[in-house]
Amino acid sequence: MSSPACESPFVSIDSVSFGYDAKPLLREVSITAPRGAVIALMGGSGSGKTTLLRLISGQLRPDAGRVMVEGQDVATLDRQSLYRFRRRTGMLFQFGALFTDLSVFDNVAFPLRENTDLPESMIRDLVLMKLEAVGLRGSAALMPAQISGGMARRVALARAMALDPPLLMYDEPFAGLDPISLGTIAHLIRSLNDALGATSIVVTHDVPETFAIADQVFLLGGGRVVASGTPADLRASGDPFVTQFLHGSRDGPVAFHQAAPPMASQLGFGGPPR
Amino acid sequence: MIGLLARCGRGVRLTMAEIGYGTRFFLRLCALIPAALARPRLVIDQLHFIGNRSLSIILVSGLFVGFVLGLQGYYTLQRYGSAEALGLLVALSLVRELGPVVAALLFAGRAGTSLTAEVGLMKAGEQLVAMEMMAVDPVGRVLAPRFVAAIIAMPLLAALFSAVGILGGWGVGVVLIGVDDGSFWSQMQTGVDVFKDVGNGVVKSVVFGVICAFTALFVGYEAHPTPEGVARATTTTVVASSLAVLGFDFILTALMFGTT
Repeated sequence: MSSPACESPFVSIDSVSFGYDAKPLLREVSITAPRGAVIALMGGSGSGKTTLLRLISGQLRPDAGRVMVEGQDVATLDRQSLYRFRRRTGMLFQFGALFTDLSVFDNVAFPLRENTDLPESMIRDLVLMKLEAVGLRGSAALMPAQISGGMARRVALARAMALDPPLLMYDEPFAGLDPISLGTIAHLIRSLNDALGATSIVVTHDVPETFAIADQVFLLGGGRVVASGTPADLRASGDPFVTQFLHGSRDGPVAFHQAAPPMASQLGFGGPPR
Repeated sequence: MIGLLARCGRGVRLTMAEIGYGTRFFLRLCALIPAALARPRLVIDQLHFIGNRSLSIILVSGLFVGFVLGLQGYYTLQRYGSAEALGLLVALSLVRELGPVVAALLFAGRAGTSLTAEVGLMKAGEQLVAMEMMAVDPVGRVLAPRFVAAIIAMPLLAALFSAVGILGGWGVGVVLIGVDDGSFWSQMQTGVDVFKDVGNGVVKSVVFGVICAFTALFVGYEAHPTPEGVARATTTTVVASSLAVLGFDFILTALMFGTT
């Protein structure tokens, strides 16, 4: 793992609150991602990790607080500025989100064809280089339906970095992958981040792979950042939430049972059923 | 009582908001037509998908509608000794009414559902969001070429429906029943006005193309990104398009032919 190239914040989330339909999901969350770092946003399902990613990419606007990327407030950008900003970002979706009617080659070529005036010969060379970087140059002619989930994730990664963006975002990149694909994707996230000199934000709940590649980890729970630090800091933490999350314990601050009326009363013993 | 009023008020407000949103979406789609035309490759691909693949159902249906028109028309006209006007009856029925309307209903069922399902599944598979994240407007890249292609395809399909229907009417009336061949075609030639009948039929089919394409694309784009959501959207497309086509057909007919 390499350390961040520079400590100036590339992404800065400042006291951000957000909720869906007036139901608060994030409460005054603050996160900083230094330039060149791989940042992991971790937490249980429904903890607001993906929502944070959507706030950073401008798909959502915070109810309060600011999301700053390269010094600009994402929420204040108009459509044109937002698209200009997005040309400088790449996003890997949970299941790849490849265009099913386009081949692997055309999927990777898509952002280049849509956002640049490069000649087709140069686009071809760039696409082959990107596919080579993820080890799939030989699969360029295949359709998304003909490749495995892990390969689709790698193609999506090649597409996300097609424009060499300085900011890469990953939404659950390890979900549903076999151990080999998982290790491959983890290695690619780190190595491509370093090769491109980019900043990466990884949303995940996969502890071992993430801890192997992340510079900083932010653990979300109850709409807040519960703990943050390097993987080593979190491993050494005595916080019961951190311990439960890292070890996958059933008992701890996060209860196994959700709030419910007493079992006996629901089954009709000791009172009217509710 | 106050609760009922509040619910009614909320319902009206939400309906107005939906109508407003739909109108803005329609205007946005219309504004993107020139950009879609500037990329003819995308439109041609969709024209093939929407138009070519609807041909079989349109041609077969047109032929059978023509058969039935030939039989029913002859049955009525021969009562009044006007069987030789069969060609005129078949042609006017098809060009003014049945061609545009039945072709649009078939189009809504064949191409409309496929457009809704395609766009809905793209949304469910995060392909539209992915496009947004690549700084590409999915309305301009995905919806607008399909919208243009459908508007081009609809009058062509309606014209083919009418042409095949007339041939079907001729087959039944002239070949099977024995109506005079010359009368069949000459009555048609004399009685069908290019602008009032054919022209208005073309206008109708263009309007129906806009209705079917917009409904299919809008419903697909707004579908809940779940299997149930896409299934429901597909059904909605057929029902909403068909009702809108029939409603607009009455309005257009009243406007175009009301004074003739």
